[in-house]
Amino acid sequence: MELLSGGEILIRALSDAKVKHLWGYPGGAALHIYDAIFRQDNLSHILMRHEQAAVHAADAYSRATGEVGAALVTSGPGATNAITGIATAYMDSIPLVVISAQVPQEKIGEDAFQEIDMIGVSRPTVKHSYMVKRPEDIAETIAKAFYIASTGRPGPVVVDVPKDVTDPNNKVAYKFPEKVKLRSYQPTTRGHSGQIKRAVNLLMSAKRPVIYSGGGVVLGNASEQLRALARRLNYPVTNTLMGLGAFPGTDRQFVGMLGMHGTFEANTAMHHADVILAVGARFDDRVTNATDRFCPSAKIIHIDVDPSSIAKTVRADIPIVGPCDVVLGDMLEQIQQADLQTDESAIGEWWQQIDEWRARHGIYTESRYEPSTADNIKPQDVIKTLHKVTKGEAYVASDVGQHQMFAAQYYLFDKPRQWLNSGGLGTMGFGLPAAMGAQMAHPDATVVCVTGEGSIQMCIQELAACTQHQLPVKIIILNNQALGMVKQWQDMQYGSRYSHVLYEDSLPDFVKLAEAYGHVGMKVTQYDELESRMEECFAMKDRVVIMDISVDHHEHVYPMHVAPGSMRDMWLSKTERT
Amino acid sequence: MKRLISVLLENEPGSLSRVVGLFSQRGYNIDSLSVAPTEDTTLSRLTLTTVGDDHTIEQITKQLNKLIDVVKVIDLSEGVHIERELMLLKVKASGAARAEIKRCVDIFRGQIVDVGPTTYVVQIMGESAKLDAFIEALGDAVILEVVRTGVCGLMRGEKSLKI
Repeated sequence: MELLSGGEILIRALSDAKVKHLWGYPGGAALHIYDAIFRQDNLSHILMRHEQAAVHAADAYSRATGEVGAALVTSGPGATNAITGIATAYMDSIPLVVISAQVPQEKIGEDAFQEIDMIGVSRPTVKHSYMVKRPEDIAETIAKAFYIASTGRPGPVVVDVPKDVTDPNNKVAYKFPEKVKLRSYQPTTRGHSGQIKRAVNLLMSAKRPVIYSGGGVVLGNASEQLRALARRLNYPVTNTLMGLGAFPGTDRQFVGMLGMHGTFEANTAMHHADVILAVGARFDDRVTNATDRFCPSAKIIHIDVDPSSIAKTVRADIPIVGPCDVVLGDMLEQIQQADLQTDESAIGEWWQQIDEWRARHGIYTESRYEPSTADNIKPQDVIKTLHKVTKGEAYVASDVGQHQMFAAQYYLFDKPRQWLNSGGLGTMGFGLPAAMGAQMAHPDATVVCVTGEGSIQMCIQELAACTQHQLPVKIIILNNQALGMVKQWQDMQYGSRYSHVLYEDSLPDFVKLAEAYGHVGMKVTQYDELESRMEECFAMKDRVVIMDISVDHHEHVYPMHVAPGSMRDMWLSKTERT
Repeated sequence: MKRLISVLLENEPGSLSRVVGLFSQRGYNIDSLSVAPTEDTTLSRLTLTTVGDDHTIEQITKQLNKLIDVVKVIDLSEGVHIERELMLLKVKASGAARAEIKRCVDIFRGQIVDVGPTTYVVQIMGESAKLDAFIEALGDAVILEVVRTGVCGLMRGEKSLKI
């Protein structure tokens, strides 16, 4: 049997776990591991400029492919910098393995240089974590970490590796386990057949049904089953922020995103629904508004692979624990085998009602905002233009704030894994490294980061890593000279007292900044040149381009839930509410 | 409502901190906690008492089950069960009080396990309410210190918490 050092074993085990790209940043405690990376060519290492970004990129690589992302950081500050990235992945259930180097075991607990209790610090942000204590244990631990990260409800796993464990002078036998079994961890692989039968019966009897589909459908690769079931039933489908793309955004049956900034028709349909099929969604507070007023007449079927997601905030009438793809597949099979029929006349009336709502306030039937003028570009129009120029086919990574909501509302995602955003933790700074992760995964695809002048400054150092690793992402800055979403809330709830959301002429010149990193910068202030400049931007296939687009400073995101209230209680504009 | 939850846990470094961390992270209370390895030393058995309505307890058991190190969870208070707690007390015992305390200990079926010139150490076992009652019966003036193990419990009958 081959004898390898701990550092070599670690890298070999990552390769055997099918890691192609490792995102990281070196440091003292990680030196043995980095030396092992230097002496192999099975996997490529991408040197980032900050550990947070390394983890975001690994996370987005996973979001864009379905594979497990992998990142490597050093001890102490490397580990703590990674925490925001790990927490981001945790909140969105992204399968990720983060290797953190640690000081040698004999120094642990002595407040050694660059020592941090990574297992302790990361504990609330991980699905699980391990500290490896012997080189003999590395391969098995890595195999377990990948198994745990990618099965059941996915999530990040941290593996903390003390420096002495990777000592190049201590060689041990290497064997990567073919199969991992944990007696305390057996994720559900099928839904309960009795529950599925009950759910199908309820679903077929529905008169005002809504299918409410979340991030779990994307992560569980259940988009195909969702589409098939929805088409067979001809029921309306709404997606959560995390679920966008699971059902095609341009499909007639799609009523838009739901929730705080969901469409009028999606939120109103939810409120009046008699049966809700919730699948891979978690009734998050940004979806439900006040839970005691949530969908008063609805019977709820809730499918989720994680039992703790069911009945956490809203009670389910028919809970089904199981993987979304399998459960939806079973439901469809039952419907087809018994040739069950929906209540067609009731469904026809329901669609009439929904179409009436669409016509009244729907954001896809007509523009619900003041049109752009020559020198006042509306952010919504930027996203619509982006959709047109990229033919709706781009991978879109976003940061957090108004631009994120505009992108979610107006870039109609037709495919799962096309939309990459930090929905749960809401991490500003996610966008650029996320775009890099997606670009690495799909080198020939168009990848765009939709961001704001605030968010982009939180991980802007990665422009350098884009140069070094030839990741030609396109960066669209919706520049409204302010932290727009906070400002919107200050407008709505704090009498327009703009406490610390304005930059007072301190913004960098993004064109010069792009050029300083060797990229292309463009500034757009006129509406009539928006589309042509954007065409120009996306024609530069091999370049990173920053488009600094001046947008209306005063625009708000609507609809917006009136809180506390029910799903149908919304502001539709600055002056109009339901 | 008070609940008694029993957990079979991998006896790994850090596994206890995951359980305790879960409670603080999600805003649940732990009133008492006892933990030790079982006859199979790769496993620990943990018993905790907490207070919550049915919804909270359902979430607590689900969240506990979600922890990778947790092998099994049961809510003992759902069925008939036995619960016990051990308490040691150091009390002032001099003059006439010595006989009085001895009588009280006998009534509660406790034992005096250490005798000093002016102190006793008393051991009492039973349900938590009995331990509370003993403290009340003695009164604050007599008690020098108290240590309790926290509750542990088992289901009655043939059902058992095993892998």
